[in-house]
Amino acid sequence: MSDNELIWRVAGGSGDGIDSTSQNFAKALMRSGLDVFTHRHYPSRIRGGHTYVEIRAAPEEVQSRGDGYNFLLALGDSFARNADEAAVYGNEEIKPLSENLDELREGGVIVYDSGFVDEEDVAELNLEERAEENGWHVYPVDLRGLAKEHGREVMRNTAGVGVTASLLGMELDHIEELMEDAMPEKILEPNIEILHDAYELVSEEFEFDHELRVPEGDHDEEQALLSGSNAIAYGAIDAGCRFIAGYPMTPWTDVFTILSQNMSDIGGIAEQVEDEIAAAALALGASHAGAKAMSGSSGGGFALMSEPLGLAEMTETPIVLIEAMRAGPSTGLPTKPEQGDLEFVLYTSQGDSSRVVFAPGDIEEAYEQTRLAFHIAYEYQIPTIIVYDQKLGGENKNVPVSFFDREPDPSLGSTLTEAELEEAAHDASGKFHRFQHDPDNDAGVSPRSLPGQKGGRFLATGNEHSPGGHIEEDPTNRVIQMERRMEKLEHIREALDEDHPSNQTYYGDETADYGIITWGSSHGAVAEAVERLNEGGHSVKGVTVSDMMPFPETEMTEFLESVDEAMVVEMNASAQFRGLIQKELGRFGEKLTSLLKYNGNPFEPAEIVEGYELHLDGGDAEPTAQVRIEPAAGD
Amino acid sequence: MSAFNAIGESREIDRDEFTPGLEPQPTWCPGCGDFSVLKALKQALPEVGKSPDEVLTVTGIGCSGKLNSYLETYGFHTIHGRSLPVARAAKLANPGLEVIAAGGDGDGYGIGGNHFIHTARENHDMTYIVFNNEVFGLTKGQTSPTSPKGHKSKTQPTGSAKSPLRPLSLALTSGASYIARTAAVNPNQAKEIIKEAIEHDGFAHVDFLTQCPTWNKDARQYVPYVDIQESDDYEFDRTDRQEAAEMMYETESALYEGTVLTGRYYVDDRPTYAEEKIATGEMTDTPIVEQYFDDDREWERSYDLLDRHK
Repeated sequence: MSDNELIWRVAGGSGDGIDSTSQNFAKALMRSGLDVFTHRHYPSRIRGGHTYVEIRAAPEEVQSRGDGYNFLLALGDSFARNADEAAVYGNEEIKPLSENLDELREGGVIVYDSGFVDEEDVAELNLEERAEENGWHVYPVDLRGLAKEHGREVMRNTAGVGVTASLLGMELDHIEELMEDAMPEKILEPNIEILHDAYELVSEEFEFDHELRVPEGDHDEEQALLSGSNAIAYGAIDAGCRFIAGYPMTPWTDVFTILSQNMSDIGGIAEQVEDEIAAAALALGASHAGAKAMSGSSGGGFALMSEPLGLAEMTETPIVLIEAMRAGPSTGLPTKPEQGDLEFVLYTSQGDSSRVVFAPGDIEEAYEQTRLAFHIAYEYQIPTIIVYDQKLGGENKNVPVSFFDREPDPSLGSTLTEAELEEAAHDASGKFHRFQHDPDNDAGVSPRSLPGQKGGRFLATGNEHSPGGHIEEDPTNRVIQMERRMEKLEHIREALDEDHPSNQTYYGDETADYGIITWGSSHGAVAEAVERLNEGGHSVKGVTVSDMMPFPETEMTEFLESVDEAMVVEMNASAQFRGLIQKELGRFGEKLTSLLKYNGNPFEPAEIVEGYELHLDGGDAEPTAQVRIEPAAGD
Repeated sequence: MSAFNAIGESREIDRDEFTPGLEPQPTWCPGCGDFSVLKALKQALPEVGKSPDEVLTVTGIGCSGKLNSYLETYGFHTIHGRSLPVARAAKLANPGLEVIAAGGDGDGYGIGGNHFIHTARENHDMTYIVFNNEVFGLTKGQTSPTSPKGHKSKTQPTGSAKSPLRPLSLALTSGASYIARTAAVNPNQAKEIIKEAIEHDGFAHVDFLTQCPTWNKDARQYVPYVDIQESDDYEFDRTDRQEAAEMMYETESALYEGTVLTGRYYVDDRPTYAEEKIATGEMTDTPIVEQYFDDDREWERSYDLLDRHK
């Protein structure tokens, strides 16, 4: 944990503009030269309900939320619009203040809107006493009054940002620039006035007794602030994806929306359809016709895609599906993250599954692995799934602009031209042998034709079929076709193993004999925990796995052979990834302890540090956090 | 130059081209109405100038799903009820393809009913043929969405308590822009209707009565049939929604009273979905599949979208 960091939490009601306010403030911090990382916490409703965004900013890379935070801007909550509503919903106004105190670090700063909350309510919180105990510095400011003076009450967010900047000793220039970019002229002027007034008022009215100031940083090159959902969408665009079909569902909707907003500008097609069965089926139809196509959903919607997914496997139609996990089962916690759909995406649909599944660990990987997913899907004619979650999708991080400066990859992969089709084998019915093992193809793929090409007719069918695609139940043909399809996974594994660095991320002390293993979006918190443990005198190595299928057998065997013990960290209750390791490797069960969290919130680094210490201790002590340690159980 | 040279090629097309060189053993029973759909398509396609390589036949599951095993075109035999979403996306991606979707009454009006409603609503430029035999055939005779009330089967042994679904009326309310019913026993009309459906710009729904001699033995052979355009007993304007709706209602009711009415019920020249999408700016008129073969195309990059993130 660095002392030289700001973790700013802005809290309020859903619908109070927390998102846009925090996005602009994060950009301002980024423009000032800091690395930033955002974490969003929100309930499943349009208005009201407690919500906050946390921005962590430091001079060096930040890849996770921190432990707690050190600056609270409590905006008040406008959910109950009148006395009648307040009678039903209770006093929501105090909640952005009252519900955030537990995680505020010692010495932290609190700003609350004294124009919004009742001083009596504040008194009930024992705020003064608690502040003294924890060394907090409290600044009550009439943000609402400031906003009303120049414009409208909703502009109190701007007043809050002005106060924040003043208390942190931060220049206003970047904030102003961003407001100029984002706001129409009519509201820009009052907002700028509010910003400056708030900035000055707080320095006149208060003597600052806190130590926290905005850190200073410097970037070597221009940065962009973007989310995991942005990264997935951009990976798809750069992979030449020009067809997306979907149905809204949180948190997948973000990727769907970003692509839908861009598709018409880039010559593509976006389709919002009647359900997720249709969505996946449309992507299949478009891909069959010769477009690079994708679909996706979250848990329940993805369940509806099971059957089209199997059809893609059987007909060897390339397709990329995105699965944005949220806490289940069923509707679960719609806006909260969990890594509980791993086994679901690996095995859903009837029969032996032949698919590729990647779980990106951070924003850069989300981009890279989406591109890779398209490459593999079209090269090997196999469905490829990106599994991520509400956490990775919703968090923002700065990435150097140059990261995206690369060639697009619009190749359709293994297809034949009409000239090649003339030379290709056809059966007596006139069908091109689309499903025949091609001895010249080292990747075990049978190149396909596209409807409308001369001489390429074949039948794609979900039934077992002959090389030309006719329904065929002959046992020998069945074995040939099954093995031809399943073998592709081995070729893909070989190709992935040749890529260096691989999709797995290694960190910590290489010589350690204790390993921490995680997958997907828990990466940031685990990597930070490993760093802290090593700084604290422990010797620990870590790995974040992205290749879920085909499983990185060689890499994981090597890792597990190199340690005496390992802890598998994941956000689910049944240790699904640990189960996958044991299934794929068939051993190491006695080495694998699990650290599990499934309360709807992602891991914080300190929870992992504590989990490690408790495991090492071997005692009966219970974790202080809402996590569970599942001891090794053998194979 | 297009990468899809079968599309729009002008040449004489022989109906034999639509018969596979070595025809797979048909799995349809002797006397099955499905043969008539196959025959009508083989006749209609060359007459409207389509060659096997430019046609994509997308089918569902059931006896009717085997259509593209016996019809020599590009084919996609999908899963139960899902032919329409696969078909309409292929058409959007490559509008040059002649896309024909087909399935049974259980497939299209039951499990795939939602897709039927929405594909009709969107008015995709394609043909949808429903093999309506009022029963589930391949799974051995269970009650289907169009089985008459009181129909006894192994799954409804005391007779169906449900009134049958009204397919023509459903197509109309959903937004189909060409709606017709024909019958296996009426080959000339069937061919003509299928030709019209293919040539129609928009979603053309053909409810094709195909008798099942195996599992619906008490069912009619759909004779005698009446062509409502030929008969003097039925006067209505098929471009008038109201009149079409009434004629459909009468036709659907009459079938269960033993009178088989067939013919064209509705035609509307409203814009197709692709035309609407192009008009709103939601898509361009360059087919997406052609873009992948355009060596000069400058592919857009996310790098150029980053301003909003800086």
